[in-house]
Amino acid sequence: MKTMRWSTLVPLVLLAVFPIVVQSDYYRHIFIIALMWVVIGSSWNLLAGYTGQVSFGHAIFFGTGAYTAGLCVTQLGISAWWGMLLGGPVAALVGLFIGWVCFRLRGPYFALATIAVGEIFRIGATVWRDLTEGMQGILIIQSFRSKIPYYYLALVVAAACVYAIYRVINSKWGYYFVAVREDQDAAESMGISAFRYKSLSLLVSSFFTGLAGAFYMNYMAFIDPQVVFSLHYISIMAILVGIIGGVGTLWGPPVGAFIMVLLQETFRSSFFGLLPKWVSEGHVLVFGLLVIVVIRYLANGIVGDWPKISQLWSKGKPLPSATAGN
Amino acid sequence: MEVFVQTFVSGILIGGIYALVGLGMTLIMGVMKIINLAHGQLMMIAMYITFVLFEQLHLDPYFSLLVAMPALFLIGAIIQKYFLNPLLKVDSILPENQVLMTVGLGMVLTEIIRFIFQSDYKSVTTSYSSEFIYLGEISFNQAMVVAFFIAAILTLLLFFFLLKTDIGRSVRATAQNKDAALLMGINAEWITIFTYGLGSALAAAAGSLLLPIYYLFPDIGGPFTLKAFIITILGGMGSTVGAIVGGVVLGIAESMGATYISMALKEAVGMVIFLLVLIFLPGGLKAWTKI
Repeated sequence: MKTMRWSTLVPLVLLAVFPIVVQSDYYRHIFIIALMWVVIGSSWNLLAGYTGQVSFGHAIFFGTGAYTAGLCVTQLGISAWWGMLLGGPVAALVGLFIGWVCFRLRGPYFALATIAVGEIFRIGATVWRDLTEGMQGILIIQSFRSKIPYYYLALVVAAACVYAIYRVINSKWGYYFVAVREDQDAAESMGISAFRYKSLSLLVSSFFTGLAGAFYMNYMAFIDPQVVFSLHYISIMAILVGIIGGVGTLWGPPVGAFIMVLLQETFRSSFFGLLPKWVSEGHVLVFGLLVIVVIRYLANGIVGDWPKISQLWSKGKPLPSATAGN
Repeated sequence: MEVFVQTFVSGILIGGIYALVGLGMTLIMGVMKIINLAHGQLMMIAMYITFVLFEQLHLDPYFSLLVAMPALFLIGAIIQKYFLNPLLKVDSILPENQVLMTVGLGMVLTEIIRFIFQSDYKSVTTSYSSEFIYLGEISFNQAMVVAFFIAAILTLLLFFFLLKTDIGRSVRATAQNKDAALLMGINAEWITIFTYGLGSALAAAAGSLLLPIYYLFPDIGGPFTLKAFIITILGGMGSTVGAIVGGVVLGIAESMGATYISMALKEAVGMVIFLLVLIFLPGGLKAWTKI
């Protein structure tokens, strides 16, 4: 698959007409959040799914992007929209530094180190009041009252992110990433610098996550360290989006993002008010159960194991196990 | 000077309990080679068991060890048998599958408890919770001292078990080399189930011991999972002696951080140590102690 097929434009077109067809701001909001998660999940997937470096700390980049935008207002006195320009690069710089520190560790050690760095960032942002206002958080004024501009901005960012990752994984870099994932030592012995390509992967990944963070600041107009640097609500959620959609597949995280956000919202609102209120308390429980089921029965996620799923109701010949990857 | 000694003493006392958490984690890590990200959550379950026993039957938290430990042993064994072992047969891109599974399990455990008990803070107030023993200028919290000694006894029992009994030797053999252990006729799968149960039971003990001096809410698991692997990394993966040293070091570092830097940064102290160890001393203290 060298050129992207035209059929891939179908979801893009559908998403583009969505806010015109649907007038409700509530549903637009859900879709904006889902598009933001498309960006974060896809970025996480580039690093974890393609390069094999499972990060438990993507909140670092998300938070850095969000705070870059926020600090533009509180410290520099310029519009938070500058954050959309600065958030990505700043997060990417942070990513490079973290990579320099953490990439000397492998496998589960790397995952642990990212948790630790993430917690340091969260605590740091809480404690350093002069810069970040601490737990008070940063409150700005939204530029638009309508959701439409935010929606299209999110759509553009999400489309750009997925397209960029598509280009990356189909370039020489992408093959090097997969080589590092499959066998780091073998890749090294073929002359691929594992450190260099892990860093490049992290660079792209943290850039887009930072961009999503800056978007979040502009859209939600309020951030505090417990939200944007949260281990559970950002870092783990990014992993869930990735593994439920399908690790190491281009379309996995976008699918995962919509599933997760819609599911979260369905439960949070107790099936849009149709079920008793206590159902709303169960949304994290459902996430947990979903993770268990997906890991146990669909190890490559919904997209990666799609042949296996479709086989359930089309009783054809058993397919060979899906070789997900690039 | 008194403040320093006082800080040091309370660090060591809490460190004894941390060591128990770390020991459980280290056993699981040694045998299964995975990070158990549900460790703190298992401890949290034990704390709730202890809490319920105290509320309903007025059972002393220290006696409820006898209930909480077997209960958690069972839960741990079930997790290993039905959730983690089957994953060995599943083909997937990410080798961290089992770790991600423990994340899911941790979430489910936390949420089930939240469903039952709500998010409120709970605590167990015993007659000795705020009793102090004085030794010169230094005060010892009675509950902490008792907890420390029970933790020490449990640790000694664990060492006796690992060094002197057949099952203990099998556990160590499986940790050293699973394939060789299999060839020696050890049922490695059974050993993994047993070890996860044992690790959970140790976490349960730490939970019950901690309850009289701590408070309780469903999200308490996460921070303790983090503490558990700080300890494990500090001590060196799979090293039991290291876990004890790591637990005590973390206890001292946290209480020093709380006294001399700031209460808010207490948690960050652990993280910074963790990172420094990961980067500069990847083998943990094991590199020095050689055990």
